[in-house]
Amino acid sequence: MNKKKRRLVIRTIILSLLAAALVYTLYINFFTSKEKVAVGDMAPDFVVTDLDGKEHHLSEYRGEKGIFLNFWGTWCEPCKREFPYIDTYYQDYKDQGVEVIAINVGEPKFSVNNFIEQYNLSFPVTIDKGNQLLNAYGIDPLPTTLLIDKDGKVVKIITGEMTSKMVREYMELIKP
Amino acid sequence: MENVKCECGHVNPHGTIFCEACGKPVQNEETQGDKEKKQLLDMRYEGSARRSQTYNKTIVDKIWNFFSSVKVGIWIIVVLLVASALGTIYPQELYIPPAMDPADFYEEEYGITGRLYYQLGFHNLYGSWWYMILIAMLGISLIICSIDRVVPLYKALKKQGVTRHENFLKRQRVYGKSGVENVDNDFETVKEKLRKKRYSVREENGNILAEKGRFSRWGPYVNHCGLIIFLIGAMLRFVPGMYVDEVIWIREGETASLPGTNGKYYLESEKFIVEVYEKGKEKEVFDEALDIAGSGMVVKNFQTDVKLYERVDEIIPGVEPELKEVKTHQIQVNKPLKHDHYAVYQVDYKLNEFSTMSFNMVDKETNQEFGSITINLRDPQEKYDLGNGYSIELASYFPDFFFNDEGEPSTKTRVPNNPAFVFKMFAPDKPEGEISFVAIQQNIEPMGDNKYKMAFSGVDMKNVSGLTVRRDFTLWILAVGGAIFMIGVIQGSYWHHRRIWIQRKNNEVIVAGHTNKNWFGLKNEIRYVLADTGIAEPIDQVDAKNKENKEG
Repeated sequence: MNKKKRRLVIRTIILSLLAAALVYTLYINFFTSKEKVAVGDMAPDFVVTDLDGKEHHLSEYRGEKGIFLNFWGTWCEPCKREFPYIDTYYQDYKDQGVEVIAINVGEPKFSVNNFIEQYNLSFPVTIDKGNQLLNAYGIDPLPTTLLIDKDGKVVKIITGEMTSKMVREYMELIKP
Repeated sequence: MENVKCECGHVNPHGTIFCEACGKPVQNEETQGDKEKKQLLDMRYEGSARRSQTYNKTIVDKIWNFFSSVKVGIWIIVVLLVASALGTIYPQELYIPPAMDPADFYEEEYGITGRLYYQLGFHNLYGSWWYMILIAMLGISLIICSIDRVVPLYKALKKQGVTRHENFLKRQRVYGKSGVENVDNDFETVKEKLRKKRYSVREENGNILAEKGRFSRWGPYVNHCGLIIFLIGAMLRFVPGMYVDEVIWIREGETASLPGTNGKYYLESEKFIVEVYEKGKEKEVFDEALDIAGSGMVVKNFQTDVKLYERVDEIIPGVEPELKEVKTHQIQVNKPLKHDHYAVYQVDYKLNEFSTMSFNMVDKETNQEFGSITINLRDPQEKYDLGNGYSIELASYFPDFFFNDEGEPSTKTRVPNNPAFVFKMFAPDKPEGEISFVAIQQNIEPMGDNKYKMAFSGVDMKNVSGLTVRRDFTLWILAVGGAIFMIGVIQGSYWHHRRIWIQRKNNEVIVAGHTNKNWFGLKNEIRYVLADTGIAEPIDQVDAKNKENKEG
């Protein structure tokens, strides 16, 4: 090979390696979410027992139900505001294959029970003892809602409060 | 772009300053002014043609040449320094009150400059895209500059001839010419002495090139390799799984899943302690120091006694884990719990968080007690039976009690900082129950006058440890990079590249010397080597010129 040509090839290779490293670093920093679970990922499997004693195993819902997974706390004001909407649409969509699972972030059973009674909630509520689900899903602000489609894939992550309209749209979205 | 043929027959690439083989300056002597002729040769990179400077054709070459410029490299460093300095003007995002939205914080606190500071990303400098790009550019500049210089330098030093052109020698800093009677004898002595000084001596047509410490010339490049490895290590931190840094707050007696370990490990805190050096308890000599440092008290130790468990069943979040004890450890500051590449450090604490509260049911008039209940603030029960027909029902519980905007009792967080309760007290004579609202130092009877009350009788407190979980697979890369960096520095600093040329033409002997640093050392060695011979000691042309200037 001609000397100049070889030089060009070497330079091109080195520059592209450097550019690739730079692009990768920037990509991973600014275009991927730092959350444990991102949109498009498979939702980490879990087994929870709700306060009525019913067991929910995420992977067993695969192929059958879309899951509306909500993380909440009794002291969280936006949670209080969005719960009535979730409850209303839960009634509409539970027969269309949408399951709501509300995961409390490890508060006393007494407080959670009291809260359910006060707000007259009908959807399954469970308590995350020892932060297992919180860690697995890397949940930070409350409320956080994950929409999981019937294939077990996370289609949307909503951090913060939802309006009535949003709740309806999201349940429509994961309807199988 | 033509190659240049020297009179010695060697063909030099375009851009060469002096012939690679004989050292004759390539530039046309006649076109040089009188002044330039007398100047010393620029010996950097052995006068080799830095390829970047010689051609500029495709876009690849243009990018290459941009990064190959030391000037550009220096400018990148300057810009980085200025940016880093500007980043210290206002606090970084990490240090602002966590409850504040940074977008508002900087503008409210510092006005328009604060807003600009935030918008330009100075608030999270090391994480801002342009800072990262600058660092990357510095890395690229480092790599390309080094490649562009080390290759020609290596070739030039390898190719160098023993016999050099007189013009090359004349334009060395250390240079001398003298007539000698017994050249052969003197050359033998000189060679022996050079070898004694650990020079490697090459001969050609009776001329001598003595060289040592060429190794020193690679120091800067070794150093750059270390830096680049270091940068790669820093870059790898962003790769998922390479770097874990999580926080966990854990109460005494609590067992929690360790974040960052994918549910594999659990930690139990047995207790947290703070120990202090106290005035009066230590030797008297420390009293004054203790007063100055911490009004009579200085912390000696922060410690969390923990048990580490590994989950042995299949890891499915939500399933009651089956735990196997791995080890116990006393975590102290800088003495982390270490296991499976994870390290758990003591970083924070909170003393005396309410854990349980006890109340007595009391007849307000007679002060007769009917029994006491203890409420676990992390898990209160709905009913507490006192026997004999007396019982307590918990109607509401507010762990962190306050009155909300509507004036209703509510809780701020789930942490029992300020617990409050609504009790329903049942007695044989009060089968409907009496309602009482109890908070710290408060006892409200919303339904009017009660016969009974819940009298506060005790509280149990627990300490909370703040720990961080770390795993860093990039550490060894950073260490290797740092070590190579230092090797390069040492290599370049403690070795000297010295060369001495001794040439003869009949009875005339020319001595010239060059080193990359410490000219005094070189001259000393030349003096030693030439002693007891008829060859005159060469002079330092820079020194001579300085002297001339001073006197003139």
